[in-house]
Amino acid sequence: MNGFAEMIIKTEDIIVKTIARILIPFIQLFSLYVIMHGHYSPGGGFQGGVIMGASLVLLFLTHGYEESKERMSEKAAILFSSTGVLIYSGIGLLCLLLLGNYLDYGRLSLILNVDLAHARSLGILGVEIGVGFAVMAVMFSIFLDISTGGIEPGEEKKNEKASTR
Amino acid sequence: MMLTDQAPALIVVIPLMCALLTPIIGLVKKELCHIWVLFALALSTAFAVSVLLAVISHGPVHYYMGGWMPPWGIEYVIDHLNALMLVLVTGTALVVAFYSPKSIERELPDKLTYFYTVFLLQVTGFLGIVITGDVFNLYVFLEVASLAGYALIAAGEEGAPLASFRYLILGTIGACFYLIGAGYLYIVTGSLNMADLAAALPELYHSKVILVAFAFFMVGIALKMALFPLHMWLPDAYTKAPSVASALIAPLMTKIAVYIMLRIMFTVFRPSFSFEILPVSTIMVVTGIAAILVGAVMALAQIDFKRMLCYIIVAEVGYMVGGIGLANETAIKGAILHVLNDVVMTLGLFAVAGIITYVKKSHNLSDFQGAFKKMPFTMAAFTVIGLSVIGVPPTCGFFSKWYLIQGSVIAGNWYFVAALLFSSLINIVLFFRILEIGYYDQGDHGNQEKGAGRKFTEAPVSMLVPALFIAVLIILIGFYNQPIILGIIQHSVPTL
Repeated sequence: MNGFAEMIIKTEDIIVKTIARILIPFIQLFSLYVIMHGHYSPGGGFQGGVIMGASLVLLFLTHGYEESKERMSEKAAILFSSTGVLIYSGIGLLCLLLLGNYLDYGRLSLILNVDLAHARSLGILGVEIGVGFAVMAVMFSIFLDISTGGIEPGEEKKNEKASTR
Repeated sequence: MMLTDQAPALIVVIPLMCALLTPIIGLVKKELCHIWVLFALALSTAFAVSVLLAVISHGPVHYYMGGWMPPWGIEYVIDHLNALMLVLVTGTALVVAFYSPKSIERELPDKLTYFYTVFLLQVTGFLGIVITGDVFNLYVFLEVASLAGYALIAAGEEGAPLASFRYLILGTIGACFYLIGAGYLYIVTGSLNMADLAAALPELYHSKVILVAFAFFMVGIALKMALFPLHMWLPDAYTKAPSVASALIAPLMTKIAVYIMLRIMFTVFRPSFSFEILPVSTIMVVTGIAAILVGAVMALAQIDFKRMLCYIIVAEVGYMVGGIGLANETAIKGAILHVLNDVVMTLGLFAVAGIITYVKKSHNLSDFQGAFKKMPFTMAAFTVIGLSVIGVPPTCGFFSKWYLIQGSVIAGNWYFVAALLFSSLINIVLFFRILEIGYYDQGDHGNQEKGAGRKFTEAPVSMLVPALFIAVLIILIGFYNQPIILGIIQHSVPTL
């Protein structure tokens, strides 16, 4: 138990860390590429979000809890997963406020100043971005919850110390 | 004007968006979550009532998601049946939300924010199932509701995660069967829209694919409904769930499954198919009778109050399924009225169970000792609800049972009549046993020092008011059952 807690707090393998450091930016770039293609061609918010989430999981595995917390804390994951779906439903609601039906993207042409087909395409892109956010954050927080057992490693350590005393 | 046009979307979208904002509000201030949930559900209820009124005065409402026309886009269709269900779901959720804070404070103090988030998602799922006119969309919302339900149940007392896991396995099989049914229909017709399917299917009624699809639908829904041989997951799950979660899920989940069954049997397929081509009607009546008998007898064997209520639910599911299976208008009318009554009664019973859990920290029958003295108002409400479950005339439970008995007499099915009467007799024993414990059993070791303090341990007002409200509602529905039947239920019975 203690060893595992140590491991997810800090890892010190230089080869693993360096390779991950090189790979992660490219994985993330690729995930953005997948998300941006979601509404037109193979790809999409879900797939892109999963890839983005995987890059964060890799960061967590190689650099440990402390360092990955600086990039993406648990609170940030909550915030991202909520905002992601809010972007989705917010776009739907915006269409509704523009006197269309819920998720009637065509209505967005009124504020985006583009033609109807283009407005639909942009509307779906917005939704895909929202989905991407949500999936990325949820993937990461599921991983975090399972690997730390729902307790922050720091806290667990404190508790253990308290109990041994 | 414009807002009421958009009401069908808003009924579902408001709880959804508010659910997603709840964690953010929880980060700011935990205490606000409760008010926020109340606000969301009040809005949603208002829209549901406005839609119900619109349906009563102008007939069914159609809403096209994203402005795409039906066979391609997702359509929300609201007729009399689901307008009633929408009001029931939002109303129940609102009452439970009002009832919740004290109970959650005691049972789940550190999970408050997430509990309310999942609570709203659960309501979103229920509303989506009820409102949609698309078989696949229904599946999606079924999963939303079920997943939220698993999470809520798993947050309960000791053993809840295991109960929730069993429910998860069986619930997933049920949803999976439903999905296979929808898939088969899609393969042969190329459509998922209920109205479109209803138009395309009659020519294919003798195709094997359709028959298999129908069988998958029925078994899948029966699993979700906890119909007798498939009810094993229910008692554990609802007994061990937190009080608030069981007060929300227990009244609604089974009844919504009954609603899905009605939709599949009478909207997607025609009653003639459901009743004549396949022997569904016989199977439904037989399993209904079995559910009533087993539910009643098992309820009698319980010493845990919540568990007893769970077996009562199993029996009540038998009433409704059997009533539909009798295949005549009176019985189906009775079954639909019983959906309404049962939601209200089960909500009341689980509200009382929550109060007992709150006061005594456990929910056994022995916890009712001296209850009439200590919490007279709770027990008054409980008595009314109990009388309604038994089926005593001025309360609403009597009228649906009356219709069901009348329907089974018309169908000439005396076994079902016997089962209903038997179950009523058992219910008398069940509830009078508790009333007796409450009146005469004062606890065995000298707890009743004369005039000693702490005599009054009535539940907090926020929990008591909903319970009393439900008791009043039960009597009101009893008195106004005719307007409800003529105005709403009459129109949702298929022409046979």
